[in-house]
Amino acid sequence: MSLAKRIIPCLDVDAGRVVKGVRFVDIRDAGDPVEVARRYDREGADEITFLDITASSDQRETMVHVVEQVAGEVFIPLTVGGGIREPADIRRMLNAGADKVAINTAAVHDPDFVRVAADRFGSQCIVVAIDAKQVARDPDRWEIFTHGGRKPTGIDAVDWARRMVANGAGEILLTSMDRDGTKDGFDLALTRAVADAVAVPVIASGGVGKLQHLVDGIVAGHADAVLAASIFHFGEYSIHEAKDYMARQGIEVRR
Amino acid sequence: MTATSSDRTRIAIIDYGMGNLHSIAKALEHAAPTARIEVTNEPARIEAADRVVFPGVGAIGQCMEELHRRGLDEVIRRLALDRPFLGICLGLQALLDRSEESGGTTGLGLVPGQVRRFPEGLRETDGAVLKIPHMGWNQVHQAPHPLWAGIPDASRFYFVHSYYVQPDDPTRVAGRCHYGLDFAAAVTRGPLFAVQFHPEKSQQAGLRLLANFARWDGDPRPRQS
Repeated sequence: MSLAKRIIPCLDVDAGRVVKGVRFVDIRDAGDPVEVARRYDREGADEITFLDITASSDQRETMVHVVEQVAGEVFIPLTVGGGIREPADIRRMLNAGADKVAINTAAVHDPDFVRVAADRFGSQCIVVAIDAKQVARDPDRWEIFTHGGRKPTGIDAVDWARRMVANGAGEILLTSMDRDGTKDGFDLALTRAVADAVAVPVIASGGVGKLQHLVDGIVAGHADAVLAASIFHFGEYSIHEAKDYMARQGIEVRR
Repeated sequence: MTATSSDRTRIAIIDYGMGNLHSIAKALEHAAPTARIEVTNEPARIEAADRVVFPGVGAIGQCMEELHRRGLDEVIRRLALDRPFLGICLGLQALLDRSEESGGTTGLGLVPGQVRRFPEGLRETDGAVLKIPHMGWNQVHQAPHPLWAGIPDASRFYFVHSYYVQPDDPTRVAGRCHYGLDFAAAVTRGPLFAVQFHPEKSQQAGLRLLANFARWDGDPRPRQS
């Protein structure tokens, strides 16, 4: 009897459609986000995350409408990321029905943005999204990248996670750019390094290709939650199957 | 005005500038489609409602200041024991005497007891260090109360909090949860029921609790059904 580990399906949304491929390449259409969110809720998703991957200003309103529709009928926590650059963006998403926002690039440009956002809206709704890539081995080292993994920053990922938590981040969404879209499993060393370094929950992301990867993220990666997209979108596995599998490996899940 | 189980029950959600009230309004609309739901900061409108929801997220120091500034602390003191009243998250913590948060904060004193921070270094039974905030779905072990009707014991609800309440009188605890230590997930006193978790984010179990609240007569005694 304890807190359940969370399974969070992630919907990458481009111009109002769910898409997912190897990030920014080979994007496949996976449907209407409201329909998809409804299905995940029925299947037992613990939360749902929407990432607006267009992040162009003319598409921003599309995302607001998606969140409004989902929030009117899906009563589990909803997180929205992509294009969150100023307090007004956060306010707009919370008003639409989001419970949390994920801040990525804007935090790198202005680390104080996370502090301002946490003070104004509360740490519970501020997720800092970190996209990390391995830059050295023995000892392992990861750097954070912005703009969907295209732009290096020279910032150490573990240090950055600590700093963001000190600024008020309530949760870390950690994506391995090396693994994202590969289906080879999470970068477990990265996940563990960050999860062990901060006091707040860490969501592992990037690389899930089979159900054992979800278990590995929790057991070996020390993650509090696991996020995946394509294995759920294209019907390879349902959330329900994922939870059954995790429960059989002794992981506490909500059923 | 006394509460009735009329279909057109009026529910006021107290808006005092702390957090996002859209979720709770939407969930109530869904759970109680015939209720009239109003998000308001006006004392007169809150007084006119049949039932009151007192939500809240954020820091308790600021919460108490905002309530006081808007004259809502007195409204809550008057109404919480007068008609069906549901506190959620910070809306539970603010009901106690005192919180350790924000350098020590005096609460509304409607439920004698303290609000404490989860201590650093709490561990799971397997030795893993527990994260703070306590975030996610955890089981609530019920004490008999009409608001649990139709919700299986040990159902999971969605929590996100770093402080927990400790009522002086253990009979006030209507639901218990465990996260490194046992804490009160639900507290009851007459027509007042307050929960640490977020029913508006707890899918079926949460919606059922809200539906139960929307037709509750305020009598805390469990029904024989």
